[in-house]
Amino acid sequence: MPTDSLAARVWRTDIAGAGAFVSYVVPRSPSQTVLEVVTYIQRRLDPTLAYRFACRVGMCGSCAMTVNGKARWTCRTHVQAVARDGVLEIAPLANLPVVRDLVTDMREFFDKWARAKGHLTPTTTRHDPLARVAPDSDKRRAVDAGIECIGCGVCYASCDVVRWNPRYLGPAALNRAWTLVNDVRDGGNRERLGAVAGDAGCHACHTQQTCTERCPKHLTPTAAIAGLKRLTALAALRGELP
Amino acid sequence: MTARTNVLGVDWRTRGHAGWWAFALHRVSGVALTLFLPAHFWALGQALTGEAALSGFLAWTDQPLVRASEIALVFLLAAHLAGGVRLLFVEFRGWRAGWQPSLIAAVVGIATVCALSFALNLA
Repeated sequence: MPTDSLAARVWRTDIAGAGAFVSYVVPRSPSQTVLEVVTYIQRRLDPTLAYRFACRVGMCGSCAMTVNGKARWTCRTHVQAVARDGVLEIAPLANLPVVRDLVTDMREFFDKWARAKGHLTPTTTRHDPLARVAPDSDKRRAVDAGIECIGCGVCYASCDVVRWNPRYLGPAALNRAWTLVNDVRDGGNRERLGAVAGDAGCHACHTQQTCTERCPKHLTPTAAIAGLKRLTALAALRGELP
Repeated sequence: MTARTNVLGVDWRTRGHAGWWAFALHRVSGVALTLFLPAHFWALGQALTGEAALSGFLAWTDQPLVRASEIALVFLLAAHLAGGVRLLFVEFRGWRAGWQPSLIAAVVGIATVCALSFALNLA
């Protein structure tokens, strides 16, 4: 095979849902991303290939796939960085149902954000003055450390605990809960700590840190989950869990 | 729609990082120590049934394979202790990812030093 081309093995499913890798030869180009490879295959080689993307610049979190065994955001992953010996293996994210080819059903992933009470519970109305939060306060810093999550599902797909316990809320939902726990405007912490304290919550984490290792935004869900473990334990000791 | 997850099975390529191997070492050492402790207490209990029973057992432990197992056991005990301290710092102090490979290397180093010290003491 000439060095100016790439052997791409792409996971394809049939109408019954059975899947297998199919090989394509894709020309190399400078600064080529994995998403560009998938797009080339769909536009030039096989228009039936299903995949998901939107922004192409690492903001929307919709293009995550398993690339050579690891979950990655494909729009910001250079082929050069991951294709060993010019071979690229592209599969759907793990731990999520496959809709078709490279497209996974993200409903359970986002339902778990809701289950972890991942929404702000306001303590004021629009008629009250805006809350003043000091940028250098400890709580604001804790929020800053986790707030840039784009919901791509890379951490969720990489997590062994999600694989072993499908009810486990997962790193992204718990990271979201931690940002709200530290949000001084929020009034829902009692319910939130109760929601993340159960068998499928923060205490199920084994601190393998694969979420932190793989997060494309370089967040540390492990630290967020550890924070929830401490707070839920304290709340349990004080009898404050619902 | 086909609701099938993990069609490809376990992929070890995503586990190839220090944190995962530290977890695996902690789990294996924990299970090994759980299995060892009842045997250890049984061995100590031999002293209650008389000197001959304990001496007989201690003579059995002089076999090379048993000695090698003891060295491995000391390694696992030290790794579980040092790895547990690391976990406590991660969980209670929120230590971040950047240091983890160094901390995990230190855990393995401490365990190795303990096991080698034990082995030298046996010689």
